[in-house]
Amino acid sequence: MKLLPKLFFIIWLLDINFSTNAQDMNALIEKIKMKLNTVNEYVAEGKMKTDIAFIKAPIGKIKVLYKKPNFFQLKRENGISILPKGGVSMNISSIMAINNFIALYAGETIIDGNKVKIVKLLPTNENSDIVLTTLFIDEPNLLIKKAITTTNENGTYEISFTYGKYANYGLPNKVIFKFNTKDYKMPKGITLEFDDGDKPNAEQKLKSKKGKVELTYSSYIINKGLF
Amino acid sequence: MSNIITVTELSKQFKQITAVNQLSFSIEQGDVYGFLGQNGAGKSTTIRMLLSLIKPTTGNIEIFGLNLQSHRKKILQQVGSVIEKPDVYSYLSALQNLQLFAKLSGMQLTKKTLMQQLERVGLAQRANDTVKIFSQGMKQRLGIAIALVHNPTLIILDEPTNGLDPQGIADIRNLILHLSKEDKKTILVSSHLLTEIEQIASKVLIIDKGKKVIEGAASDLFDPSQTIVELSTIDNDAAWNWLLQSEWSKYLLKKSKASLSLKLNKIHIPQLNAALVKAELGVITIYPKNSLENYFLQVTSENQHVETFSN
Amino acid sequence: MWKLFQIELYKIFKRRRTYIAFIAIAALIAVVQLGLKVDGKEYAAFVMADLSNTLQISGNIINGYFVCYVILQLLLVHVPLLIALIAADMISGESNMGTLRLLLTKPISRTEFLLAKFFASTVYTVSLLVWMAILALFVSMWLFGTDDMFLLKNNYAVQIENADIFWRYIGAFCFAALAMTTVASLGFFLSQFSENSIGPIVATMSIIIICTILSTMSIPIFNIIKPYLFTTHMVAWKEFFDLKVNDANITIKGSIQHPEKIIQSATILLVHIVALITATIYFFNKKDILS
Repeated sequence: MKLLPKLFFIIWLLDINFSTNAQDMNALIEKIKMKLNTVNEYVAEGKMKTDIAFIKAPIGKIKVLYKKPNFFQLKRENGISILPKGGVSMNISSIMAINNFIALYAGETIIDGNKVKIVKLLPTNENSDIVLTTLFIDEPNLLIKKAITTTNENGTYEISFTYGKYANYGLPNKVIFKFNTKDYKMPKGITLEFDDGDKPNAEQKLKSKKGKVELTYSSYIINKGLF
Repeated sequence: MSNIITVTELSKQFKQITAVNQLSFSIEQGDVYGFLGQNGAGKSTTIRMLLSLIKPTTGNIEIFGLNLQSHRKKILQQVGSVIEKPDVYSYLSALQNLQLFAKLSGMQLTKKTLMQQLERVGLAQRANDTVKIFSQGMKQRLGIAIALVHNPTLIILDEPTNGLDPQGIADIRNLILHLSKEDKKTILVSSHLLTEIEQIASKVLIIDKGKKVIEGAASDLFDPSQTIVELSTIDNDAAWNWLLQSEWSKYLLKKSKASLSLKLNKIHIPQLNAALVKAELGVITIYPKNSLENYFLQVTSENQHVETFSN
Repeated sequence: MWKLFQIELYKIFKRRRTYIAFIAIAALIAVVQLGLKVDGKEYAAFVMADLSNTLQISGNIINGYFVCYVILQLLLVHVPLLIALIAADMISGESNMGTLRLLLTKPISRTEFLLAKFFASTVYTVSLLVWMAILALFVSMWLFGTDDMFLLKNNYAVQIENADIFWRYIGAFCFAALAMTTVASLGFFLSQFSENSIGPIVATMSIIIICTILSTMSIPIFNIIKPYLFTTHMVAWKEFFDLKVNDANITIKGSIQHPEKIIQSATILLVHIVALITATIYFFNKKDILS
């Protein structure tokens, strides 16, 4: 029964983890918050790609304005922007803006070749719209690689972050926002289109209910007091 | 003189109705050709066929020596016409109408020339008024101005005096005479009123139910030697028998219940009267019908086919 | 022929009736523009109600391009009635006035006469659309500004970039001109059979109304005949406002989703025009003018 000592050892290790994880995770979150806190405001420019099955949209130039603590504005330059409802959450600060929460360690995984910690945030405030947020954190760099948030109002959405030049500020180069959409069907009386539209196979493609919005930032101007 | 119009065995069938039936006639250059017939006799259909508005069922039309069907355009360049009502664009002025139809006839006329044309029909003062406010007579005069604007060789006027007052009728008559005598135009004029034709025509054609009844030179038709005499006596049968036995028999035309008719020179009427009185045949009336109209009425109402007069 | 054509144009534009259509279009467009100017946001909210459950669409949605699209959708169904007013009167009106017989005794062939008349009514049709373009597009652009266009179709929505829209309108108006010319040919064809204008005008309008209803009803039995109705093809101008997307579901600038539909519909309309005009020439040349 050489296995038995090994098993005990594993249980011991796990025990350490469980007993310490809430505290550690809170500390980790606080560290990340502190890092993000170094950014007072920024103006970022980039491109937005909308991939919603029933919407045909072009890539648009966008401008993002942020100011501490929670001003975030995404503007499409000269155009119409299509964002998921509650799309303002498409930035890290808003995810981290929850104050009263319990952070739970939920294991590790690999994202883009980096080992990340899975942390679940449970808001303690019962009135919070957010039910649960799962964060995938690159601990050494204090970067959030992915967040999955479940809300009361707007369902579950997933945000992935890729970092580059502005990783020091915790600001991503690329944000991918995935969300669920509802069926789309417009009454003919509103569209005033009386032909039946596309053929069935094309319609099949349209039935996909996953939506995706991709933001690629080309530049940030940080803490320059531009607005 | 050469023929301007030659119509050969022209027929037009509208479903069950034969509007024109094997009609042949010819019009010579310089003629004022009176085309007579009651309403519905087939005059308008014939005229419309001459103007290519209606396609003949059978028969042939030659104008200026050319076949109408194959040389329609060339022929119509030299034809001016007023068909029944002189309808023009009521929202345009007299001058604008005239200019428009001149252009359609291939003429680019100056305003001055157009005004002269209107002057000729007495409309110069109203040149810029819209036709909407024109009287029937004014419209008719404008119609004639339009028919003449391109200086045609042949003028076809279908019932040109319809709806006109006596003065208007006289004006049109004078204009036709002027066009014939001064301008040497060939004119085909149709009417259901013989008095109109009587005063202007050099040749007359009478049709009834689409068929030719009589055609001849006006001088012959109005010739006193060709006077139709209607005679009524106490006993028409006895008078008819007496006349048959007498030297007057060669003048006898026909007998009806009410009267007898003879055709003879007007100057012999007193002699005829004296002979009848002498024979104690009880003359009630002797009525000379030396006007073509009486004849016209007779032949058309009785639908008799009478011999054709010839030149 | 050229002279004849000029004369026909002169006659059309000298008549008051001609301008009724221009006034009607101006009034209808003004009403839509006023409505959208005053209550555009509510209209947008109403139209987007379904989408706004999951999406947040922001920007100048009620912009000039969008307004023009709304106007075209609403109006192009009714413009045929205005076209019929003139086209169906082209021959019957002359018959009614009594000028037809005078015209046809002039040294012009009936075919030339008909073609001149048809081309003149085409010019009228096109000028009506140019008028519409000026009011619906340019005035709307001036009143509402320009932006991307966000269009809701039955099964999907399309966003077209500002810079990619104008040429589509040129295409759409050209196509609409073709569609309206088809209506003009129909009116023209019917026009020869009557000696008063009311008959052909009402007949043209009735045919268009019936065919439009059949084209718009989604009842299986009618679906069989739909492809054969010219009214089905008259709305193909909308195809200019649908874009192809690449594999990443991004619209391809300058593309049209179904160019073949536009070509097919345009061909069918063109065939209708040629057939109707040929038939008009054929029958009219055989016709006895009795008016």
